[in-house]
Amino acid sequence: MTATAGAACAALLRRDLLLAWRRRGDIAMPVLYALIVTTLFPFALGPEDALLQRIAGGVILVTVLLAMLLALDAMFRGDIEDGSLEQLLLAPQPLALMLAIRIFAHWITTALPLIIISPLLAGMLHLPTPVIGVLVVALLLATPLLSLIGAILVALTAGTRRSGMLLALMLLPLCVPVVIFAAGAVAAAQQGLPWVAPIAWLGAALVLAVVLAPLACAAALRIALDA
Amino acid sequence: MANWIPTWLHRLGSPPTFYRFAGAVRPWALTLALITGAIAAYGGLVLAPADYQQGDAYRIIFIHVPSAWMSLFIYFAMGVAAFIALVWRIKLAEVVAMESAPIGAAFTFITLVTGSLWGKPMWGTWWTWDARLTSELVLLFLYLGVIGLFHSFEDRRQGARAAAFLALIGVVNVPIVHFSVNWWNTLHQGSTVRLLGPSHIDARMLWPLLTMMLATKCYYVASLFGRVRADLVAMESGKDWVKALAVEETA
Repeated sequence: MTATAGAACAALLRRDLLLAWRRRGDIAMPVLYALIVTTLFPFALGPEDALLQRIAGGVILVTVLLAMLLALDAMFRGDIEDGSLEQLLLAPQPLALMLAIRIFAHWITTALPLIIISPLLAGMLHLPTPVIGVLVVALLLATPLLSLIGAILVALTAGTRRSGMLLALMLLPLCVPVVIFAAGAVAAAQQGLPWVAPIAWLGAALVLAVVLAPLACAAALRIALDA
Repeated sequence: MANWIPTWLHRLGSPPTFYRFAGAVRPWALTLALITGAIAAYGGLVLAPADYQQGDAYRIIFIHVPSAWMSLFIYFAMGVAAFIALVWRIKLAEVVAMESAPIGAAFTFITLVTGSLWGKPMWGTWWTWDARLTSELVLLFLYLGVIGLFHSFEDRRQGARAAAFLALIGVVNVPIVHFSVNWWNTLHQGSTVRLLGPSHIDARMLWPLLTMMLATKCYYVASLFGRVRADLVAMESGKDWVKALAVEETA
């Protein structure tokens, strides 16, 4: 009677994406947030091209990080409230695999829209066009990493009621290396230096995280929900 | 024949036994910490010669460096206790891990404060985005995250297990952060005390430093045991041994 792991994955992915699509407004929120934050920087720092150009890469990375942080909190919230997370825990398919799909669906609905508008954000801050490509590549590797690390922490706080600020406190130390390497790649590209090394580091970290983070996430969820 | 060590350790894991053991050890550890601390302070502040470059200002090293060692040592100790707590589900290990976190955070804070006090005359700035300073700051955030997560659960044991898991993630994270921050920016002076090979420090400066390290270790043991005792009594308040203890105390 039990479905194969592949069928279960497909069903879960379809369900998560459908749920997100039915509430399209929620997908737009992180995007709007990133747009507004990026708009505020020129007001605060003055509209000089040279200055904005120099800080553009870092500003966009941090903005994307914060926008993702806002959306992270909701990763398991709905499922805990309606009890479907318990069903996932009881399901015969491995929990880590199910959570990996969950995280992937969450990445598609929150991070992908941010990556799509990132060239627009870069344009607003006058980032040179050749560098925008590097920025998008860095974001493509950095955002899944953040989703994976963030998922572990969200799972840990699943048993608590209010976790917004706590999540930020826990995530920020863990995402320091991600920010350093992603921003390092953009900065190197901007100065005309080779930028492959930091991108390769990000890729290596992502491979490691794809394997280990779902397992850690499953363990964390079991700790946080057993009562 | 040599079975008594595992048996003794096993028995030590039970809260009433550990309560008595910690109560017996604590005064000794505290006394030793005070005596060695006083000796180290005298040796460092009075007997040690002034530095040829930094003059007397370098003497803050006798607080700064032992605190920095302790901030990492306690994180490591917390990680070991957290691992034991998660794998074998020993209640005492959970308490030890959770009560280590505030002590470690305090040492990290002392390291940051003394470091910036030292940095002002030497580097001309209170704070700089140097690799080791940044790593230490990240370490402080990790400690605060563990403490915050522990307190956000209503059930203490569940909170302790979740926070123990976070502490283990942090153990993996600390070397990664250190490496990446090093790659990013560094200005800090290199280590002057080494375990292997000759240290770049005069013997008259070295012994107060090592004595102060002993003092901070003893202080950690004393402080931890005091906190764990209080926590055990609070957690086991319904148990018979606590009742017997209360009767004993009031009698």
